[in-house]
Amino acid sequence: MADIAAPNSAVATRGRNSLHKLVQRKSTVAFLMALPLILLITILVAYPAGYAVWLSMLNKSMTKFVGFGNFQFLFKRETFWEIVAQSCLFALTAVLFKAMIGFVVAHFVNNIPTKGQRKWRGMLLVPWVIPAAMSTLSWLWLFDPSYSAFNWIFAHIGLPKISWLGEAGWARFSVILVNVWAGAPFFLIMYLAALKSVPEQLYEAASIDGATWWQRIWYVTLPMMRNIIAITILFSTIVTFANFDIVRVLTSGGPLTATHVFATWAFKVGIESGDIPLGATVSLFMVPILAVAATFILRDISKRGSEV
Amino acid sequence: MANAAIATAGAPTRPARYGSISQSRRWALRWSYFFLTLFAIFFLMPPFYMLVTALKSKEEIAAITNPWWVYSPTLSNFIELLTQNQYLIFFRNSALVSICVVVVTMLISVIAAFSLARMKFWGSAALATGVFLTYLIPDTLLFIPLFKMMTFVRETTGIELVNHWWTLCIIYPTLTVPFCTWIMIGYFASIPKELDEAALIDGATWMQTLTKIFIPVALPGIIAATIFCFTVSWAQFLYPLAFTTSTTELVLPVGIVTTLIKGDVFNWGQIMAGALLGAAPPLIIYAFLMDYYIAGLTAGATKG
Amino acid sequence: MAQVSLRKVIKKYDEVLAVRGVDLDIADKEFIVLVGPSGCGKSTTLRMIAGLEEISGGDIAIGGDVVNDVPPKDRDIAMVFQNYALYPHMNVYENMSFGLKLKKTPKQVIDQRVRTAAGILDITELLDRKPKQLSGGQRQRVAMGRAIVRDPKVFLFDEPLSNLDAKLRVQMRTEIKKVHQKVRTTTVYVTHDQVEAMTLADRVVVMNAGLIEQVGTPNDLYHSPATKFVAGFIGSPAMNFIPCQLEQAAGALRVRLNDKLAFPVPEGRSSRYSAYAGKPSLVLGLRPEHIAETRPHTEPNQHDFEQMIEVVEPMGMETLVYFTINGAEVCGRVNPNAGATAERPMKLRADLSNMHLIDDTTGKVI
Repeated sequence: MADIAAPNSAVATRGRNSLHKLVQRKSTVAFLMALPLILLITILVAYPAGYAVWLSMLNKSMTKFVGFGNFQFLFKRETFWEIVAQSCLFALTAVLFKAMIGFVVAHFVNNIPTKGQRKWRGMLLVPWVIPAAMSTLSWLWLFDPSYSAFNWIFAHIGLPKISWLGEAGWARFSVILVNVWAGAPFFLIMYLAALKSVPEQLYEAASIDGATWWQRIWYVTLPMMRNIIAITILFSTIVTFANFDIVRVLTSGGPLTATHVFATWAFKVGIESGDIPLGATVSLFMVPILAVAATFILRDISKRGSEV
Repeated sequence: MANAAIATAGAPTRPARYGSISQSRRWALRWSYFFLTLFAIFFLMPPFYMLVTALKSKEEIAAITNPWWVYSPTLSNFIELLTQNQYLIFFRNSALVSICVVVVTMLISVIAAFSLARMKFWGSAALATGVFLTYLIPDTLLFIPLFKMMTFVRETTGIELVNHWWTLCIIYPTLTVPFCTWIMIGYFASIPKELDEAALIDGATWMQTLTKIFIPVALPGIIAATIFCFTVSWAQFLYPLAFTTSTTELVLPVGIVTTLIKGDVFNWGQIMAGALLGAAPPLIIYAFLMDYYIAGLTAGATKG
Repeated sequence: MAQVSLRKVIKKYDEVLAVRGVDLDIADKEFIVLVGPSGCGKSTTLRMIAGLEEISGGDIAIGGDVVNDVPPKDRDIAMVFQNYALYPHMNVYENMSFGLKLKKTPKQVIDQRVRTAAGILDITELLDRKPKQLSGGQRQRVAMGRAIVRDPKVFLFDEPLSNLDAKLRVQMRTEIKKVHQKVRTTTVYVTHDQVEAMTLADRVVVMNAGLIEQVGTPNDLYHSPATKFVAGFIGSPAMNFIPCQLEQAAGALRVRLNDKLAFPVPEGRSSRYSAYAGKPSLVLGLRPEHIAETRPHTEPNQHDFEQMIEVVEPMGMETLVYFTINGAEVCGRVNPNAGATAERPMKLRADLSNMHLIDDTTGKVI
């Protein structure tokens, strides 16, 4: 197979020319097969990513190069810093709660007899399957200012009405809640897969060594799952940090700018207000965090690659 | 509840002298079911509420009866939607875009994955890593430059890309191809090397090895990748929101969000019915192909 | 009609020479076994014959035609892999007919050939099963069937039995021999198991570190190994190697093992060995079966000695005894009733007529 195409035939000279052609042809075929992929990545991903950097250095009408002018402009605006804080807060708390809920629920599912696990797993993954824009609509309706089904329950048990999306604090809470609701099942599935891969004998050995339920989790489960936990958190951080759908449908960034994140604000500034360079600048602020997460993921993957 | 049956079936059947252990196990089991039920309520509440609202008439919604229950269920919301031209257009656009993207993605990524996993060429290892890196670049970073690129295309060639549903067929593969290629590389790499050597000796060309050996053998992976691809295309929200505006060009998620919400509060029944129908295709696929769906979901991190 | 010949064949991976110049002529219809420890280059040699590895130097000819640049499918060979490499999504029939189908062979011809091969291998009732539903031995048969169906010039086997359990391996070994007797196709068979090599081969090729050590019939290799490596590799338990000196005493050559122990060299060999008298780093090679318990009557070249037995391993048919001479662990095969006991001295008899004298500096048998 691939070895035939390996270009390592420098020893003999006689009768190798036709083989060389063959070698060339084979790797050419391979290259051609990957060409659509290469074109797609360069034209529609790599180029736009670089183009975003260029755009961020133009003025609003895109006629003049302004260097870091857009960045300087943003640094001076209070709204921008509010959005930095909100983006980080949302991502951190949402990922934290997703990870915790996912971990706990995965344990409960793993705890029950194998027969029933499939059914429970199937039910608990539903939030992940429904397109985010669709499910957020139902949350929007649950949070409706006058018809909120939560407030109806609160009224019945004597609690005051809450303005879920109208008040900055509650709006932020709601955005995080929906984020956690939609993302926790992903953690659940990943953890469950990891839990299944921990050999039963390890638990039995730990029990014989006298480990309590909690010690078993701490000394056996967590170390065995460390890799999966890390990579799931990194993936989720990227997705949550760059999230657009939930905030857009739920609050459109409001009240005022209290729930805007980079993605939604970039959309508002770049597409809706037509200031493409400024929008590009805002979206570029996601890059540092994404880059850090991506580096860690790549390191983890190459590390596992070398273990194999 | 139905759990009771499982609980008794799964209860330990050990001799009585181990009673204390089985006792504590039984309690652990009960607590597990208790909390699982709580979480299931939390996770399933919004879709349930969607359904309840979708079955209500405008009058019932306006009457502020118990919002969690429907007293006189009606299908009028669904009927109204499905007889409305606009909604059917959204649905058609979504279906066309998703199917188109699935076909394009699978063609590109299966062939590329085969080349990267098995044939190798100069730089192929770096490309494999690059593919994965691309998967990590979110849509929210690319939509502005892509939007600008489209206006550039219009200015230079006169081809209008903005506000056409088929433009999405070109854009969506950026979201699906990297991941599908990545997991297909993983599946192909797990096929023993001897299998393609045997095919080579049997006289198969590279293309025949791919179509007659690799694709059938890696079929579970291909199904998982296809499902992933379809659900991502179906659910994509940002690109269509940014690139399409006319009601004839909208896809379902954007169509529902932008056209059905018109300040008419009593229209929520219809909105929920629309959202429910919009969520139906992925849910149906999930219900029937759950194992493949989950395989695709976990493949990104566990293979590789 | 299909002899295979290798001329100075070299395989280089980056800067590492895996095969360092192999010359080998395989006659038509011959069953050749390449044997050697892992990493000796035997599999690489086979894969070069198959065309799965490009050769870095030399020539390979099949049926008289140089095939250096010919792709595997045009070399008219068939290969059986260690893990069988059956296509998991095809049933047995489809697996066996895949190659012919790609060649656009007419349907009736394919059907007839598959059924003939299935008959030879006794797998006719398995034809519509998937590989998953087959046992290890059955998969092995199907893999052979796939090779037979193509009616190639050469069969190549790459450690085909190593994935089977011990009992099945013996059974399949016989099976392979039977099949070869029926179809009589030139066969190159790679294994690391010397028993497989001895039982199957017309000629055995012993390889070590990328070179051929010796080519010969199983009996040749066993009785007159050319090198210490072959002597030690063929035969189980392995040949004993005892450091020794050759001394000239009273006109006769003697092999001295230690202060107490010295055996006269058999007469016929004196002239061959005399040049080595007094030289250092000589090794006496003596197979375990040539060390036995003493018996009443003596034959020429048999010499009694007494030794403290260290370990006794009863095997049923025979008993293996282990002891140390001149720092080397020595194994002998004695009668189970000879009363061998650990940590007790025992009277033994060495049969020097089958001795080998090895020059340890060159590794050659003198």
